[in-house]
Amino acid sequence: MSTDTQTSSLTVALIGNPNTGKSTLFNAISGVHQKTGNYPGVTVEKKHGTFEHQGQSIELIDLPGTYSLAPRSPDEMITVDVLLGRNAFEACPDAVLVILDASNLERNLYLVSQVLELGLPTLLTLNMGDVAQGRGITIDVAELSKRLEIPVVEIQANKGKGLEKLKTELTKLGQTPAVEYASPFPDAFQSELAELEKSLVAQDVKLPSFLIERLLLDTSGYLETELHAAGSEFHEQLIQARDRLKSAGVPVPAVEAMSRYGWVTSVLDGIVTREKNRPVTFSDKLDKVLTNRWSGSIAFLLIMLVVFQSIFSDHLAGKLMGWIEAAFGALKDGVSSVLAEGPLESLLVDGVIAGVGGVLVFLPQICILFFFIALLEDCGYMARAAYLMDKLFSKIGLSGKSFIPLLSSFACAIPGVMAARVIENRRDRLITILVAPLMSCSARLPVYLIMIGAFMPKYEFLGGWLSSHSITMFSMYMLGIVTAVLVAWLLKSTILKGPTPPFVMELPSYKLPSIKTVSIQVAGRAWAFIRRAGTLIFAASIIVWAISYYPRDQEKVEGPYSAELEQITLGLVTKSVSSAERELLKDRQSVIEQEIAGKYLRNSLLGQSGQFIEPVVKPLGWDWRIGCATIASFPAREVIISTLGVIYDLGGDVDEESDSLRERLQDATWDDSDEKVYNIPVALSIMVFFALCAQCAATLAVIKRETNSWRWPIFTFCYMTTLAYVGAFITYQGASWFLAA
Amino acid sequence: MSDLSQAKVGDTFTVQNVTGDDAVSVRLMEMGITPGIEVSVIGCAPLGDPIEIEIRGYRLSLRRTEAACVVCDPA
Repeated sequence: MSTDTQTSSLTVALIGNPNTGKSTLFNAISGVHQKTGNYPGVTVEKKHGTFEHQGQSIELIDLPGTYSLAPRSPDEMITVDVLLGRNAFEACPDAVLVILDASNLERNLYLVSQVLELGLPTLLTLNMGDVAQGRGITIDVAELSKRLEIPVVEIQANKGKGLEKLKTELTKLGQTPAVEYASPFPDAFQSELAELEKSLVAQDVKLPSFLIERLLLDTSGYLETELHAAGSEFHEQLIQARDRLKSAGVPVPAVEAMSRYGWVTSVLDGIVTREKNRPVTFSDKLDKVLTNRWSGSIAFLLIMLVVFQSIFSDHLAGKLMGWIEAAFGALKDGVSSVLAEGPLESLLVDGVIAGVGGVLVFLPQICILFFFIALLEDCGYMARAAYLMDKLFSKIGLSGKSFIPLLSSFACAIPGVMAARVIENRRDRLITILVAPLMSCSARLPVYLIMIGAFMPKYEFLGGWLSSHSITMFSMYMLGIVTAVLVAWLLKSTILKGPTPPFVMELPSYKLPSIKTVSIQVAGRAWAFIRRAGTLIFAASIIVWAISYYPRDQEKVEGPYSAELEQITLGLVTKSVSSAERELLKDRQSVIEQEIAGKYLRNSLLGQSGQFIEPVVKPLGWDWRIGCATIASFPAREVIISTLGVIYDLGGDVDEESDSLRERLQDATWDDSDEKVYNIPVALSIMVFFALCAQCAATLAVIKRETNSWRWPIFTFCYMTTLAYVGAFITYQGASWFLAA
Repeated sequence: MSDLSQAKVGDTFTVQNVTGDDAVSVRLMEMGITPGIEVSVIGCAPLGDPIEIEIRGYRLSLRRTEAACVVCDPA
């Protein structure tokens, strides 16, 4: 039905080079009215913002930052398709808004020369005039607008200046005709283009001229495959056209850069004036220090140390995590006191609250990490970090851009996987995502802590600065790193084979980070973590709870204890019983309750399957209890602590500081024997298993989301679980042999 | 005539040509490395690679293997 009563909406695509303040502008204009999602099949984020100005409602499509509209991958194709109205999941834009960095106009106008060929009404906005001024650059904006015959609005997105004017100009775009734009290409090229267009029309293939031009320029052949343009005949025509152009002195693809930069030079002639001696800016001085061989390396280490220290510090992250734990503890107590004991209470307390709380406790670390990532990205340091680390990463076929995602994964693989978005090359982004979960995240810490604390003999060296405990811990971290390097190298030389990606990267000027941009990023990512990890962990917790709770044969489990329990209850209400005896009775009562809890678990589906798989885990030195706890911790590895607690008749409420769990583990024996279950080889094999295994449903879900396919999370799960099993096997057998020798 | 991969920090060159038609050379040209443009080498990373250059008034980093596509004359 007609919806004419609504105000007509204007759809405007926002595009620009990276580091031009595009996100800042997008956030400043659309504020909280943003919607984000993903385009199906690719890893490009779909971002929409809406606002109203002078009665006109405008929808902004935020396209990924790009230097050029020459697609070489499905991700880059998205931008071109959206602009040409060929994307099935996006409305055809009515107009284009291009944001330009005033301090870097030449390179920014290269993109403009491509955008103008699209034949859409176009508006230019000039950002960062202050940076340009600081560099002694003056721009005659009025003249620029006159020469291009399109409006140019000056703004300062980070200070919110010029936005009203920009909005007003945007509302006018609906009535503006598309710009007349003379192609910058030489005549020979244009006539070849006309020929190709004719031949396509003859074949009844309809393509926008922009894409035909791209077909001629794309010597990699990507676009031909992507568009299935026409048969081999057309392919031959393209080759012949390129040959003719080459002999005419117009070589493809070089002709594009030469023609467009030629156009840029003529447009800017007399418009941009620079001071003779370029003033040395603060950014230049800072860059000198931060990219210097020595001071740069030291600064880099210091910055990373600060980031790491704040993630793991007791003062900030530790305190916040303590509060969250306390809040969930209180919630647990509250629910327990309100609800009667039974399945519902157990589901809520042991399942939902314990499971979701166990994951949400990492929220402070994730927020702190994202805060630093956003801050370092916004101020321009991130590019330098990649620059400094590139050489190391190029040795395994990756680039320096993989550094930050992998570093982030030491806190949690979820932000690490998401941070891999900065890597444009699909193959490298994929490899980075696939090895990120091998970095020892903070959820592995509890497992290491309890195993090392309980079973590793403590030797101290260097006056206590170094101990066997910290060496073991360090080895676990190193194990993850070394395995990641090997896996990355293996992937790069097998299924994800490809050349080492280019590292042609802009090093933007440093600037003061914008609080708004940083906080919007942190809030957005934190919320995504809560929502995604929360829903998934919620479901996983319920499943683990259910299989560890059912079947519940009360008669069979509690029967043998009922007489004794009744006596105790009776004793506790009898007046003649002394307080000392009363304490003894109470102790006995809690021992029985724990035994009952343990028995229920042994009889549960989880317990039964643990006993079923015992033959499989025996070569690792494990008994059914460890197998059982490991199964339960597949959704989230830290679950092993609470599951072990339940199994060893303690009830679910233990943490790694709990000495009694430590003692129980030390005392635990194999069923029907006095032989101790745990020894150093077993503890090591458990740690190695946890270091290498993909026990995190939330990470797998994020991998699914980021790669847009189930294939990669399944692959990650399989390869990591296999590695973990083999690694634990070798560790156990090796360590046993070593200790016996 | 030489290529940019051998450049030392502090050198300035005039670009003659960018060789090859693969993704790297196309990207280098898109980023503004075109014939006649002046390039100065600002620095290099701690392990000697990549290098940092200035062109068209902005800073760009690239590996020495990529810089080998840029044929240039000392300015």
